[in-house]
Amino acid sequence: MNTVGITMELVCPAGSLPAFKAAVENGADAVYIGFRDATNARHFTGLNFNDSKALQALEYARNCGVRLFVAINTYPQPHNWPSWQAAVDRAAELGADALIVADLGVLEYARENHPQLNLHLSVQGSATNAAALSFYQRHFGIRRAVLPRVLSLAQVRQLAANCPVDLEVFGFGSLCIMAEGRCHLSSYVTAESPNTCGACSPASAVRWQETSTGRESRLNGVLIDRFKNGDNAGYPTLCKGRFKVENQIYHALEEPTSLNTLTLIPQLAEIGIKAIKIEGRQRSPAYVAQVVRVWREALDHYREVGDLFSPKSEWMTSLAKVSEGSQTTLGAYSRPWQ
Amino acid sequence: MKLSLGPILYYWPRQQVNDFYQQVLDSPADIVYLGETICPKRQELRQSDWLELAAELLEKGKEVVLSTLALIESRADLAMLRKLCDHSGCLMEANDMAAVEFLSERRLPFVAGSAINIYNARSLRVLHRAGLKRWVMPVELSRDTLHGILEDARKMGFADQIETEIFSHGRLPLAYSARCFTARSRNLPKDDCQLSCLDYPDGIPLDTRENQSLFTLNGIQTQSGDVHNLLPAFHDMTGIGVDILRISPASKGTMEVLTQFDQVRRGEPGSDGIIAREHSTSGLCNGYWYGQAGMTLR
Repeated sequence: MNTVGITMELVCPAGSLPAFKAAVENGADAVYIGFRDATNARHFTGLNFNDSKALQALEYARNCGVRLFVAINTYPQPHNWPSWQAAVDRAAELGADALIVADLGVLEYARENHPQLNLHLSVQGSATNAAALSFYQRHFGIRRAVLPRVLSLAQVRQLAANCPVDLEVFGFGSLCIMAEGRCHLSSYVTAESPNTCGACSPASAVRWQETSTGRESRLNGVLIDRFKNGDNAGYPTLCKGRFKVENQIYHALEEPTSLNTLTLIPQLAEIGIKAIKIEGRQRSPAYVAQVVRVWREALDHYREVGDLFSPKSEWMTSLAKVSEGSQTTLGAYSRPWQ
Repeated sequence: MKLSLGPILYYWPRQQVNDFYQQVLDSPADIVYLGETICPKRQELRQSDWLELAAELLEKGKEVVLSTLALIESRADLAMLRKLCDHSGCLMEANDMAAVEFLSERRLPFVAGSAINIYNARSLRVLHRAGLKRWVMPVELSRDTLHGILEDARKMGFADQIETEIFSHGRLPLAYSARCFTARSRNLPKDDCQLSCLDYPDGIPLDTRENQSLFTLNGIQTQSGDVHNLLPAFHDMTGIGVDILRISPASKGTMEVLTQFDQVRRGEPGSDGIIAREHSTSGLCNGYWYGQAGMTLR
């Protein structure tokens, strides 16, 4: 197969207008945003878009030929359902190029009330196989799904071969090791979870304490990690803490590390993956600029040379610098990691 | 109020499974969920063994439901699930949308397990139209949310066509991963796990460095460290419209827990004392029901 000329859509995060511009200027094909409330999975203080900022972002995107997606990808409950309904209406009115949705009820509402909307199944929808995707396709006409970060490359290949919709996979960013949309660790400890509040290990529950044995990070009082002087003290995301299991203290679930699949670009393209997602709406414009620039170069390079693609060392160095714990992994795509 | 016994979430040797269900035959459980929901490599019992157990339980007047895997990743898992949906002859519990798809395609009624995300009545209605006859509420939701969902379902006109089941006793199923944490704890790769889960009949405790019980590792599943216990909320649940209380099997004490729930359900003299006693035991939690962090105890 001649792989020269094949490309994948580069879908980039923006939590603010400056980050949005940074993504566009550095080569995003599409940028995804969230509104300023709990309807999206990065509901952090000071982040996200009100109506006027969303409109500015859209105009900017249109002028540059870039698509704008809106993530409405958390799960409404009876008391706050109206906010999700309003978010869908606003995104439709805005003219977003796609809505990224997880909840069955929200998908139904969008399909019934705004049939023109292009619906993508969010990673929070947790669909990992062809039958699950078929359900969403038959009921709501979704055109694309973002895959949870739990599948190996071989499994992604199998899925892509039998898939009723286009597939988008995560290329770079924070690594969720649990099937997204099916993790309640955060609410178990803090009462807030990605599904219910759009927050994992929320900042309001974090406490740092200097003690005689080192710096401690706590989440709602629970000791997540303890660092010796000089250690790089990472954010206390629950699944990346050091805990005691059978008298061993280690990162029992996962080390602080980021996902980086840049080396897999040829395989992902050849499998038929249509889009690569960069994680990080909570990150700074500078971060977005740097990561998007590297991925743009890499995807362009692949389009030019096809199978002769090899990642440049400066790309990898540049991405490692902005990674959690300065390390990256192929995550579940690489079977031994599992 | 009916009592159900959830599927065994751990990996027990075949004999232990059989012994366990021999006790269940004469227990107060009305509904028994059977089958492997965590890992396709756990095959101490084959599908035919589960169906034999199902037949025995049916004969004793139990309702039997076959539970399915909570995370379907490979084509082989999917093929196995499809076969099960074709041939089980039992009511089935879907724990992944793949099972929902297969069962609704076949126009078979199904139970949606707690790993199916139903956070509002509209979602519940989508699945009801696809064949849902019972749902197990996601464990992180509160009694107020449940109340709201059932109120909305009444307004939408389908509340009387579905049953609501609540995970009421046991370690909470909190997360599913690509990674096997049991294999990781032994420095083994998942593909060569040596079926390590067999050595941990109640999973592996994960504590903080201050020895606070936090989680339980069970293969690719992460559970709560403490045991979730909603027995003290029994009358509250009855009032809201809960139909079934689920007790999740542990290697010890499950029959006693079933008996306690049964005594409270029957309003036996002294059963309030049981509630009080449960309430003061350490290692319990119930925060989710009250809209708080799941690990807290009220």
